Amino acid sequence: MTAMRVFLRNQMRIIAPFATLIVLVAFFCLTSGSFASLDNAANILTQISVTGIIAVGLTFVILCAEIDLSVAAIANVTGIAVAYFTLQEGYVNIANVPLPGFAAIILALIGCFMLGLVNAAGITLIGIPSFIMTLAMMQIGAGISALLVRGQIAYAVPDLVSLLGAGRVAGIPCLVLVAAAFLLAGHLVLTYTRFGRYVYMVGGNREAAEYAGVNVKLVLGAVIVISAMCSGVAGMLGVAHFGSAQQNEFDGYLLDAIAAVVVGGTSLFGGRGGIGNTIIGLLILGVLNNGLDHIQIDSFLKILIRGLILLAALIINVYVQKVRESA
Amino acid sequence: MTEEAAPPLELRGISKSFGGVAALRDVDFVLRRGEIHGLVGENGAGKSTLMKIIAGLHGQYDGRMAIDGRPVHFRSPREALAAGIGMVHQELSVVPDLSVAENVYLGQQPTKGGIVDWRAMMDGARRHLASLGIDVDPGARMGSLAIGLQQLIELARVLFSGARIVILDEPTSALSPPEVQRLFEVLRGVRASGRSIVFISHFLDDVLAISDTVTIFRNGRLIATEAAGTIDKGWLIQRMIGRGHEELEGSYTGAIALYSKPDAPVVLDVRGLAAGRAFADVSLDVRAGEVLGIYGYMGCGLIELARTLFGKLRADAGTMSIGGKVLRPRSTAEACRAGIAFVPESRRSMLFHTEPVYKNMSISVLGRIGRLLLRPSVEKDIARRHVQSLSIRPPTVETLLGSLSGGNQQKVALAKWLTWPPKVLVLSEPTRGMDVGAKEDVVRIVKGLREQGMGVVVLSTEPETVLSLADRIVVMKKGRIVHEFAGRTVSKDQLLEAA
Repeated sequence: MTAMRVFLRNQMRIIAPFATLIVLVAFFCLTSGSFASLDNAANILTQISVTGIIAVGLTFVILCAEIDLSVAAIANVTGIAVAYFTLQEGYVNIANVPLPGFAAIILALIGCFMLGLVNAAGITLIGIPSFIMTLAMMQIGAGISALLVRGQIAYAVPDLVSLLGAGRVAGIPCLVLVAAAFLLAGHLVLTYTRFGRYVYMVGGNREAAEYAGVNVKLVLGAVIVISAMCSGVAGMLGVAHFGSAQQNEFDGYLLDAIAAVVVGGTSLFGGRGGIGNTIIGLLILGVLNNGLDHIQIDSFLKILIRGLILLAALIINVYVQKVRESA
Repeated sequence: MTEEAAPPLELRGISKSFGGVAALRDVDFVLRRGEIHGLVGENGAGKSTLMKIIAGLHGQYDGRMAIDGRPVHFRSPREALAAGIGMVHQELSVVPDLSVAENVYLGQQPTKGGIVDWRAMMDGARRHLASLGIDVDPGARMGSLAIGLQQLIELARVLFSGARIVILDEPTSALSPPEVQRLFEVLRGVRASGRSIVFISHFLDDVLAISDTVTIFRNGRLIATEAAGTIDKGWLIQRMIGRGHEELEGSYTGAIALYSKPDAPVVLDVRGLAAGRAFADVSLDVRAGEVLGIYGYMGCGLIELARTLFGKLRADAGTMSIGGKVLRPRSTAEACRAGIAFVPESRRSMLFHTEPVYKNMSISVLGRIGRLLLRPSVEKDIARRHVQSLSIRPPTVETLLGSLSGGNQQKVALAKWLTWPPKVLVLSEPTRGMDVGAKEDVVRIVKGLREQGMGVVVLSTEPETVLSLADRIVVMKKGRIVHEFAGRTVSKDQLLEAA
């Protein structure tokens, strides 16, 4: 009996979000005729893929008890950059620099890597709190995006990007496969590598990690750069998926990505959670967003409902943390 | 014949268990008016549990408690405080950025028309502090005061909020001898005013010096209560541990002989090291197979020196070399690679409480087990070896660290450096807050490391710790090394005198 309770208590972090997901799915299956179909399941997966790629990097950051508010802005810059270096149709009024596809992709990746590096330097070398540093980077990213497109919209992206972002393989959207690959890779790194262990330890007790000789700054810098790279890839594929590159295209993704990680049960205090949690969080968000479209509901009310669900998840997150600490 | 008034605090038949493990068994405890009552016992003996029941932190227990003869049962610290019971914890709960007066009046500032009446508060605080014999400017910022003074002000606040019974938990552990004397003077004044004090401490000399009565706990039972004047330290230790304690006793009272090893190679060489205002011009060397003890009072720069050696703090001047190679560590990772290991004084800041024992042990050697991938089976094998050789309880490597006792946690902290022994091991306060048995285990482990040829630096503000571990002792005072004891006998008195 006690053993069972201890087990349940230890697994609360995964059980609570999983139960939420089951309840949501059951609710929408019962209330909507069109929700429960294979097509719709594929829809949901596609809808959460861009968020999913961003959330992989963000999971690393939040596990270290840091935050990255610049993910959406970096996604936007990178998506715009890859279009900027691609030959656009004549009617697109952007002073762009057409390059071969692979060069455009590499330049875009270098771009987001550099932005991540600036974040990392600000946080680890100068000592700016990640919340503030990435808030500044959010603005810088938006600024670069604005300068590149100057209010215009670009459409063309390199072939590889448009294949991965908008193509299908054996009927399955490539975007879903890429997101799955990122999630899998993130999980493997966190679970089976030395770096992954360091991420958990730095998040669990930063001082102790430092006293154990772990290079804490290197780990923090690395997770910030990983987050920027994931955002960059999400941005490029997102542009292909949406079919256009423009200012403010990814604005909603910052909140969605943070929500996915936290709703899934990864601790905001660091050290607890993982990609498994993030996957459940993504599914909760995806089911919620999609399901609310399938039932008759005031579309303005939807925003409020999303907010309330996020609040509930945060309460559970903090509560589970307290239960663990008192255990 | 007049019946003597009921005692301020009386407990009868108190029992308390945590998840089936008895922490207190049928304890009777009486605190008299105007009495300083010392409470001693090893960690886990039950004294903290009893005090937490009295202070309202544990609401669930069996037995009866009475204040001035009236039965009470506190379910929160607020209720206990309202009944006149206050507690000063080892970790002070002062607000460093507020003034002394605001700290004294915390939560009950005098107001005039809804606005804080600063003049009344300053005057009131000055009067109250003066009545206790504490001479301090009530406008001073709390954080700018020495820790001993902050403690007195916290005590003043507890008294000011109406406490007639004050529980002091390890009040002297962070104090220098003059500060201890000042605390004792204040406590005697409090006693004279008819209020009662419970004095919990590991420092038996302090307990005997200030207490009227001493109570000893062991394994959740009250072993004895005696008038302090009739007993001595040996008598106390015997009842606290109930087994052989010759080595420890020796280090407490007698002089110990120091052995130097002039022919062993120098593993750590420090020349003219300085860091900010913490310490300056520190030069020392440590030879292989030698334990260098560094002794000094709290605040003398010991803590900063230890951190600088391990690259957590950056030195402003001076040089350091490990095994002949010059090193200026800019990070702990760099110091670690060079062969220095460090165990800081606070276990909380060096261990991962929500992780299993084996992850705590492997964290500093993961890179040697596998460059890229983790190898949990190897980690667990290594951890099992340490758990066995250090007799860590419970003897499993999957246990969450947080559920271990303090002494066992300290062993885990040491164990993480034993897999691939470093050249130099820096230990800051390795036995602080530990019970006698765990202290002996740590002494045994450190001596074992010395036999293996490791150079060990032990920094401590407790003379017993340095005396029981070191082969050579240097004394630090106000950030400088002022004395060295080598190749002869030294006693606690001599150490205290030098610092």
